[in-house]
Amino acid sequence: MALRIDQDHSRFKQIVRGKIKANLRKYVQQGEMIGKKGKDTISIPVPFIDVPHFKYGAKEKGGVGQGDGEVGQQLAPGEEEDGDGQGKAGEKEGEHALEVDVSLDELAAILGEELQLPNIKDRQNEKIVTTRVKYTGVHTIGPESLKHFKRTYKQALRRQIATGKYDPNRPVIIPIREDKRYRTYKLEQLPHTNAVIIYMMDVSGSMGDEQKEVVRIESFWLDTWLRSQYKGVETRYVIHDAVAREVDRETFFHTRESGGTMISSAYKLCRDMIKADYPTSAWNIYPFHFSDGDNWSADDTRVCVDMLRADLLPAVNQFAYGQVESPYGSGQFIKDLREHLGEQPNMALSEIADKDAIYNSIKDFLGKGR
Amino acid sequence: MPKSLTPRLQDLRVEIEGYAREFGLDFFETIFEIVSYDEMNMVAAYGGFPTRYPHWRWGMEYEQLSKSYEYGLSKIYELVINNDPCYAYLLEGNAEVDQKLVMAHVFGHCDFFKNNFSFRHTNRRMIDDMANHGTRVRRCIDKVGIEKVEDFIDRCLSLENLIDQHAPHIRRNPDPKRAEEEAKANQNVGGFKVDREYMRGYVNPTEFVEAQRKKVEEEKAKAKKFPERPQRDVLLFLLDNAPLEAWEFDVLSIIREEAYYFAPQGQTKIMNEGWASYWHSTVMTRRALKDHEIIDYADHHSGTMASGAGRLNPYKLGIELFRDIEDRWNKGRFGKEWDECDDLRARRGWDKKLGRGREKIFEVRKHYNDITFIDEFLTPEFALEQKMFTFGFNEKKNYWEIQAREFKKVKAKLLQQLTNFGQPVIEVVDGNFENKGELLLTHRHEGIDLKGDYARETLKNLQTMWRRPANIVTRVDNKTMMLRFDGHTHTEKKVESL
Repeated sequence: MALRIDQDHSRFKQIVRGKIKANLRKYVQQGEMIGKKGKDTISIPVPFIDVPHFKYGAKEKGGVGQGDGEVGQQLAPGEEEDGDGQGKAGEKEGEHALEVDVSLDELAAILGEELQLPNIKDRQNEKIVTTRVKYTGVHTIGPESLKHFKRTYKQALRRQIATGKYDPNRPVIIPIREDKRYRTYKLEQLPHTNAVIIYMMDVSGSMGDEQKEVVRIESFWLDTWLRSQYKGVETRYVIHDAVAREVDRETFFHTRESGGTMISSAYKLCRDMIKADYPTSAWNIYPFHFSDGDNWSADDTRVCVDMLRADLLPAVNQFAYGQVESPYGSGQFIKDLREHLGEQPNMALSEIADKDAIYNSIKDFLGKGR
Repeated sequence: MPKSLTPRLQDLRVEIEGYAREFGLDFFETIFEIVSYDEMNMVAAYGGFPTRYPHWRWGMEYEQLSKSYEYGLSKIYELVINNDPCYAYLLEGNAEVDQKLVMAHVFGHCDFFKNNFSFRHTNRRMIDDMANHGTRVRRCIDKVGIEKVEDFIDRCLSLENLIDQHAPHIRRNPDPKRAEEEAKANQNVGGFKVDREYMRGYVNPTEFVEAQRKKVEEEKAKAKKFPERPQRDVLLFLLDNAPLEAWEFDVLSIIREEAYYFAPQGQTKIMNEGWASYWHSTVMTRRALKDHEIIDYADHHSGTMASGAGRLNPYKLGIELFRDIEDRWNKGRFGKEWDECDDLRARRGWDKKLGRGREKIFEVRKHYNDITFIDEFLTPEFALEQKMFTFGFNEKKNYWEIQAREFKKVKAKLLQQLTNFGQPVIEVVDGNFENKGELLLTHRHEGIDLKGDYARETLKNLQTMWRRPANIVTRVDNKTMMLRFDGHTHTEKKVESL
């Protein structure tokens, strides 16, 4: 049934998606994007438009709370009150705010719905299949090892009651041959769906904590989406300044070097990695590279472009480059890539000005459905 | 579509209403309707009025409500509209015990709406008026187009909180002092001092005196402040003075009227919820509950009262405070003798068996709002028992932390949060600033800075409406600053305080 609100609702959605009223776009906020990551739970992203008011700066505000704890003790996240105290008081009762657990699958579905992401289309390798055993039903014959105990028991109980042999005071159930039930299985041919994500990040001096935060948030969402699209997803992490090396996740997000930037070093390592571990025929490969775009020299950029064209792009599903704006401005690299490789269908480029731009950037990266 | 009550629910309603009246609650006729959950979300998104003017922000509310419902985060059990008759929406498919609880709760709200002084000037035909507002706005949309109207509404919403919440209760007369001053100024129309009376004609020729008088009058006209006194009701000032088109005037006055309708509900949130909760709890536990319902009731009641993760829950604070008042007035724990008693043991055992608790809370629900309620009845014992604390942001450690548990600080913080809905006090001081027709506002700084980016954006909206540069004087990092938007650029400069 159509509700009266639908009109307002779709208008709101259009604003959030940037279809209408571009002037409001800048007030769109993404609610909480990363919640608890432990145990696969997270808060739901709810976009909202915050029309500006004269109001107090939130961090200076504070408030009154209730509960145990020493003075000076940290409040659990989410306890602070959010700016506005107004609202429609006195009309609502019992909005029980329970914490809800949303699985990463659901989260990916929400993300897909929100950003209208296309599902990833299969690449060439449908030929590669794995065989999987799937229990599909119950049968009256089969090997003892696959006996379905519960069904067998039920069957026996039913028979005994029907034939009047069941004595509630002495409930002994003895299955006979006809009672026995066995699981049956089918062999399923599944297309191989392995994917590897290779994250590369520039950790040269110009990438600050804020830039890394952007990369961290963005990579979380990319992970979430790709994991929802593929069965087994591996992730590899590469950091580089003038030289590149592979690191673990923790190091990836917390290293800060000071050297110069040679992007080709990372691409070389990425290429070698793919060659060594991920044959193109069996893997869906997603390299993501984040940098502030200040490459060492034009020569090095040329090396990068050549390498992308010759080795990387043909091998991967999509090569994504995100340029994060840093206090030192953002560099030339994205322009060079756009100029030389912009027409390549599996090259995704995105400029990420700040945290708020992550939303659009995810769309840039995943919107192609590759 | 909303449905009226089923016969079974109708019976329950009669039963609960009977109990409510028996306890002395006094309310308007209350009309219950049953709605499905998405209708409930819709009505709630519209702030209770499904016939309201169209605007995307209802859609935003709806999105949030329906999402959090779908993911099991929250569920609205009930919604009451302050109107005569009161309208209340119940959620379809709720268990019987929930519906009973909700009905009792609703009667509490209705009693509060009818009797609390804050609502004395509230429009009790708001349902009809909101529908009329909707029609008027739609007509504007037909005339000038949705984009224009919506943009204007967005701008109005940005200024929506700039009202004078005390306005309905006070008649602001023109300043009596001003008339006196004016009279005085008139006498002193210049001319040089004359020692010898016969010289007057030569020292101060008539033409000269006339010219002087004219000059003084001109200056006075210039100096005449506009508005005469700082005006809190910025929306009214804009309505009276901004160069608005007819439809813009109409829309702005609608927004203002609705803001005034909702303001008293904001001023009595803690009391209103506390009062309604007190009564659902009393009605249910003393009368309406059947044995088999007790666990479900307890579950839902405690769910509503839960103070999640250190947050202050208005339901909880309200009901506990009402209970505390009832208890104190039952036992006579008030007045000079009680206040001056230092003997802890005597205090603990204090019971004068006055039994005036019920009577007192009815009185409180009539004459107080949240601020006076907290100010008068929050006691150190209560704050201690309820484990209240203040929290703030620790810049060094970059997290929110518990700051204090002292009663004075807790109370001060709580009152500060409630004052003007915890929003900055902004006034218009000059509509003809520097004699250039610019708008000048001030922020009455009470220790907390404005949020800078928001202030600038809001200033922009003001400027668009005023069509001349807009300025606001506030304090930033302990310096008095004037923020200005002239239609193209934002500037700020240090100024002497006004």
